[in-house]
Amino acid sequence: MSKRTNKLEAINLDAYYGDFQALKGINIAMEEKNVTAFIGPSGCGKSTFLRTFNRMNDYIEGFRTEGEILMDGRDIYAKEVRVDELRKEVGMVFQKPNPFPKSIFENVVYGLKIQGIKKKAILEEAAEKSLKRAALWNEVKDNLNKSALALSGGQQQRLCIARALAISPSVLLMDEPASALDPLSTAKIEELIYELKNDYTIVIVTHNMQQAGRVSDNTAFFYMGELVEYAKTKTMFTSPQDNRTQNYITGRFG
Amino acid sequence: MPHIDVELDKLKVKLLEMWDLVEYQLQSGREAMLNADQELAKQIVKRDRKVNQFDVKIDRMCENFFALFTPVAVDLRLVLAVLKINANLERIGDTASGIARFAQKLSSPVSMELLELTNLMPMYDEAISMFADCRVAFKNNDPVLAKPIIKRDKALDKIYRKSDGIVTKYMANNPDKISEALVILSIIKKVERVGDQVTNIAEEIIFYREAKVVKHKADRKKKKD
Repeated sequence: MSKRTNKLEAINLDAYYGDFQALKGINIAMEEKNVTAFIGPSGCGKSTFLRTFNRMNDYIEGFRTEGEILMDGRDIYAKEVRVDELRKEVGMVFQKPNPFPKSIFENVVYGLKIQGIKKKAILEEAAEKSLKRAALWNEVKDNLNKSALALSGGQQQRLCIARALAISPSVLLMDEPASALDPLSTAKIEELIYELKNDYTIVIVTHNMQQAGRVSDNTAFFYMGELVEYAKTKTMFTSPQDNRTQNYITGRFG
Repeated sequence: MPHIDVELDKLKVKLLEMWDLVEYQLQSGREAMLNADQELAKQIVKRDRKVNQFDVKIDRMCENFFALFTPVAVDLRLVLAVLKINANLERIGDTASGIARFAQKLSSPVSMELLELTNLMPMYDEAISMFADCRVAFKNNDPVLAKPIIKRDKALDKIYRKSDGIVTKYMANNPDKISEALVILSIIKKVERVGDQVTNIAEEIIFYREAKVVKHKADRKKKKD
């Protein structure tokens, strides 16, 4: 097996929305600086699981977990963990680009400002670095004060990635980050993921099988709250072990 | 039936049509050789063009399937297997046509003595039988049927290995039949190739159904030792 260390790990994880059990006994370990794709039909629990890594589900009434979620070996649901500190480590990008109705610059440095950083030079440097990492700098460098809402969908999504990167996380969660984008913007996001995995541990939820194949190192298939199969993406898309996986990825489900 | 299965079915049907044609070519080659039938031999050579047309058509169908369906898992393995089986069928077609060309060199039916000494007829019949069984294995998606075919090729190899010595001896004793003996030796070599190509096809069927690579097993064993 690989010598990389495990960045994220779930041990016997159950998750509930009230009486409904959304995740059932999930055990998985994700390696550092790797891309893991979560696939599965709608309602299978993949997004719920993704959101447990930055405790986004905490806001949902009736949501609770049993078992453990570890980041760098530490339980992120432990009492002493501060959620705002956790989110500095774990950035998130959503399906629909969600820039704030502010300038491009203000969007990127938003997280840093919340952290209390006010020095203009630091903010400017962080904005440039993040926009460059998100492959957006060349397109916006002369218009940083323009409203973020004036950007195209693909640019907005890269802006959201830049915003997530600005707070220097080590993990990036992406919930269908390209499903609302055209093929060119999708290709840019996928290239970006390929670049970013040198420095970040990335978990991506996608409904696009080819995308999972192109961007991820490992793939996890979820079905009805269970982790059915978890393997190297190559193996998963050539010779899956479980019939349910095969039926899903070949489009013959149900 | 889902659209993807309709398309995969078309691909399989086309390949099975080609399979029938190539089997007919092999059978005809056997008759042409046995009876020194010049006319039949000529038809076989001509009909090889049809085999080649199937080859091109199936290649194109696979290419389109990859482009339009981006298959994965068992679908991907099926299309990969179809591509390779297609190539092997085309080569078996060439081999049958080669046998017919040698048959054209025969001026009279081959001596029974030479046929019996070399075991060419049982060899030829076994090759055709392996070829037909392989078709059933593919048609029924049956790797269990495909597996013994690989072993059966050993009998053909054995006959081939012995043929050199047998034919040399025969030529020494029958100097008037040297050209005929050389034709038979060449055809034995061709039939041995058919055995290898059928084996390749059987291996592809196992790969497609079980995701297991069984080809070059001997090489890998040697490496381990």
